[in-house]
Amino acid sequence: MDIPRHWRLRKQRYGLVGEVCESCNAKVFPPRDICPECGKEAKTLYTFSGHGEVYSYTTVFDAPAGFDETAPYTVAMIKLDEGPLVTAQLTDLENRKVEIGMPVEMVTRKLRNATDERGLLVYGYKFRPVMN
Amino acid sequence: MHEVVIAGIGQTAVGEKWDISLREMAFYALEIGINDAGGLRPQALYLANMLGPALAHQSHMGTLVADFAGLQGIEAFSVEAAGATGGVALRQAYLAVGSGAVDTAIVVGVEKMSDQTVSNVGAAEATLTDSDYEAEQGLTPTGQAALLMRRYIYEYDPPEYAFGGFPVLAHKNGAANKFAMFQKAIRPELYQRAGMVSEPLNMFDVAPAADGAAAVILTRPELLPKQFAHPLVRISGSSVVVDTLALHDRPDPLVFNAARLSAARALEMAGKTKHQIDLFELFDAYSIYAALTLEAVGYAQPGTGWQLTEDGRLELDGELPIMTFGGLKARGNPGGATGLYQAVEAVLQLRGDAGGNQVKNAQTALIQALGGPASTAASHVLESIS
Repeated sequence: MDIPRHWRLRKQRYGLVGEVCESCNAKVFPPRDICPECGKEAKTLYTFSGHGEVYSYTTVFDAPAGFDETAPYTVAMIKLDEGPLVTAQLTDLENRKVEIGMPVEMVTRKLRNATDERGLLVYGYKFRPVMN
Repeated sequence: MHEVVIAGIGQTAVGEKWDISLREMAFYALEIGINDAGGLRPQALYLANMLGPALAHQSHMGTLVADFAGLQGIEAFSVEAAGATGGVALRQAYLAVGSGAVDTAIVVGVEKMSDQTVSNVGAAEATLTDSDYEAEQGLTPTGQAALLMRRYIYEYDPPEYAFGGFPVLAHKNGAANKFAMFQKAIRPELYQRAGMVSEPLNMFDVAPAADGAAAVILTRPELLPKQFAHPLVRISGSSVVVDTLALHDRPDPLVFNAARLSAARALEMAGKTKHQIDLFELFDAYSIYAALTLEAVGYAQPGTGWQLTEDGRLELDGELPIMTFGGLKARGNPGGATGLYQAVEAVLQLRGDAGGNQVKNAQTALIQALGGPASTAASHVLESIS
């Protein structure tokens, strides 16, 4: 059922809250407590701007259980402005052609449907083309 | 470490085996392996399985298989490291026998991928990624490979169909392997016309999930009779290395660092250079992984791994034969068993028993199993003892 697992991730999922390393100032997302740049402890929370660009992307046609209803969907790696890469779906694309380097911004969307009778829906970050 | 040799091997035909259960398939491979080793009885069984708890609703599989094989009373447990499972389990057996703690060990790899729907298999496979930060975004192992292939094409601009050489070669070599899921060569046009799975990955860029079981028996050479039934193969190098679990946590996702380190450490341990390898069973779960592996291990510069498929260089009579029995693409990819099929196939080569797939004068083989996009890499160097 996984309710506590998703609840624990609410800051990351809804607010793109990661960490900043106090030793080398590297921004870390997803949070991992040990700075990937310098190996020191990184536990200070840091809220990312939610802006970045597409690093790579693909379309998933054969979706795993829970994602069937939204298939086919576009999943991407986003290079955040603050440095880290993050995996997320692209949304609100309408007929836009996705390209590597395309500027995107974070939005909150439903990630997947319930996979059991208790009906848990999972919300979190996706990214959409920057609105001009 | 004591010298460790492979005394017996066993494999079952790979494919969709609806009439055989997980335990039966594991037992067939085990029985064939033990017979091949002249009836040697193991004191330990390491069971390689990747998704049994999710796909067969069965955990505790080391005990299941040892019990079903009538081996109650020995040591047994299961090992899991995604696609690297078979290689990691082989290392457990190598460490056990090499240390002297165990005289004879058997590694049995088994996977049953065909019992469940595509959607359920997809959900189970997605747990092999970072569940909180990759799977929950809808990413799958195939999606990871597609992201890497797209980025590779963007950075290096290879010609269209550049990766097609890998599946074409795999199917050519698989044609003579009676254990392979697909025993038919394909023409390059078939690759070029194939439907997309997760673009730019097409159907022929992806090795098929399959059922299968394979086993190897390890012991110390002095424990074998003087007149043994077949040539022995020594494990002269062994290394397991991990990278970040999630692809997005790497400074450069196109660098398979664990594949590089694990191959280098296994080769160093064996006292060999990469140019002294007569065949390389690499992990072509996706054609892009074959290219990235050849680059990581040092056979090609970044961005050029696909070029090695040209001019027959990777064929059975080429300078670096790979996927000699069809690789994952044509033999099939039975999850936790795959690393053990690689070992079995390398032993057949080194014994000179590879039939129509034989690499001439094969003395030294490198095998490497990858978990995810080389999030885990398990490499072994095998050598014939002449």
